[in-house]
Amino acid sequence: MSALSFDQVSIQLGGRTILASVSFAVENGEFIGMLGANGAGKTTLMRAALGLVPLKGGAISVLSRPTSRGNGAIGYMPQARGNLPGLRRLTGYDIVASAAGGAGWGLPRLDAAMRREIDWALEAVDARDLARRSLGELSGGERQRLLLSQALLGRPRLLLLDEPLISLDPGHQKSVVEIVRRLREELKIAIIFSAHELNPLIHAIDRVLYLGAGNAVLGAVDEVITGPVLSRLYGTDIEVVRINDRVFVMAGDVDVERDAHRHDEEGGHHHAGGQHDHDGAHV
Amino acid sequence: MRRAAIITRVANTITMAPMFDYDFMRTAFAAAGIVALLSGTVGFFLVLRGQTFAGHALSHVGFTGATGAVLFGLPPLAGLVGFTLLAGFGMGLLGEKLSERDVAIGMMLSLALGLGLLFLHFFTSYASQAAALLFGNVLGVDNQALLSLALLAVVSLIALGFIARPLIFASLQSELAEARGVPLRFVSTAFLMIVAIAVSECAQIVGVLLVFTLMVGPAAAALSFTRRLYAAIALSAALALIEAWGGLTLAFYSDWPVSFWITALSGLVYFTSLVDWGKLRARAGATA
Repeated sequence: MSALSFDQVSIQLGGRTILASVSFAVENGEFIGMLGANGAGKTTLMRAALGLVPLKGGAISVLSRPTSRGNGAIGYMPQARGNLPGLRRLTGYDIVASAAGGAGWGLPRLDAAMRREIDWALEAVDARDLARRSLGELSGGERQRLLLSQALLGRPRLLLLDEPLISLDPGHQKSVVEIVRRLREELKIAIIFSAHELNPLIHAIDRVLYLGAGNAVLGAVDEVITGPVLSRLYGTDIEVVRINDRVFVMAGDVDVERDAHRHDEEGGHHHAGGQHDHDGAHV
Repeated sequence: MRRAAIITRVANTITMAPMFDYDFMRTAFAAAGIVALLSGTVGFFLVLRGQTFAGHALSHVGFTGATGAVLFGLPPLAGLVGFTLLAGFGMGLLGEKLSERDVAIGMMLSLALGLGLLFLHFFTSYASQAAALLFGNVLGVDNQALLSLALLAVVSLIALGFIARPLIFASLQSELAEARGVPLRFVSTAFLMIVAIAVSECAQIVGVLLVFTLMVGPAAAALSFTRRLYAAIALSAALALIEAWGGLTLAFYSDWPVSFWITALSGLVYFTSLVDWGKLRARAGATA
């Protein structure tokens, strides 16, 4: 039984083709790194798996069942954005707790079982102490850990993590990847982890899912991160350079992944482009 | 026992104060109390969601509704509530496109004030009514209006209680809430309609131009005084109540306008909250 399978899935948003007849299957307990240029559809793919994006064709199933909105089997951590005053000021605990039972109606109430569940999720990412502080007081890495615990509420079998490493320094990147890897081992859940760069993930992941030009290729790092495959996905000549354990994806003399990442940190053009397909999904 | 005695004595001193000899003052206190509790609570979510501008715009739409109602011989409150409800519903349906929201709301705001001006133009004899709408007239609230305020407040608070869980979730993390099955558009539309009622009530006390003072000021201050969600909601409502009643009291003794005193107190509390009470807060956090 696969944790997530795409069967000939096509998605169009605002007249633009994001995915064109894409098929792949992620097995239970697998740790998948998802890569691709900005706008390649990483966020859209996750939102489609969550049942939030209408499909133009094909079918998506989660744990062998057709996906549906509000699927409890999937844990999701959206890309961090926005700086609402409330989100920065309130304690981490209150923010995590807002997700527990937040899909119901009525006044918020936390019964003993819910408190235990929240404590368990915080414990799983070593965030119990962090939860006493406000989100604004946490470092980027601590903040990601705390939000990660939220994705664990309800004990999902599949975790979708959208760019958890964004704007983190290398030290914090490493600690986030380490925690995710530990979660996979302890909880035996499948994880799809999107990122701009392969290198921080390369030792933790089982396989890589690379998106580009409406296609998606899932396979071992050595099979996917090659000149021919990536040239097809980027639609331009790509050369893969390996130095020791590290992999660099170059178009001409530009490091493709690094470049994309830097733009994002500056909060420049690319990010707005990335958000575009997200906005489109709302309409 | 002793505590109860003290409370009784304090309560007696307060209620025996000369201002409570007047019927209109008792009504004003009741009205201001109801409105403050509603505004403080609803306003908290407005601040949490970063939608304060929407609240501001709704109050201006309310002005059109109120002047229009007066033109047709209806009570201003009916026009206020009707129009703001409609506008809140419309804004909710328009959705949350951040980039376009400010301009659209700003245009609606100007259009509404312009229409309100036109209505006033047809009814020039109502200049004092216009001032009351713009800057509030809590001392003019009669018993029937008080009853309407109370009923509307109860209905709004029940509605707010019903959507509280998804509203908090969606306000803090809309994408995650959406993924978990929260109907975002329904929640935000319902919320804006609750805001519409709160704004209408608030306009009765401080006027359409000053609704920020009771809806945003206390909430923003509460969010910097405490990091706990429920404490912040309670504090927001309490601050609004203190500011409204404090303003009434000061107005009674100074003979200056009530709305002025409420804005002064609200401003004072808000700007005090901006001061960095780092050490104080750390100590409070340690004992909590």
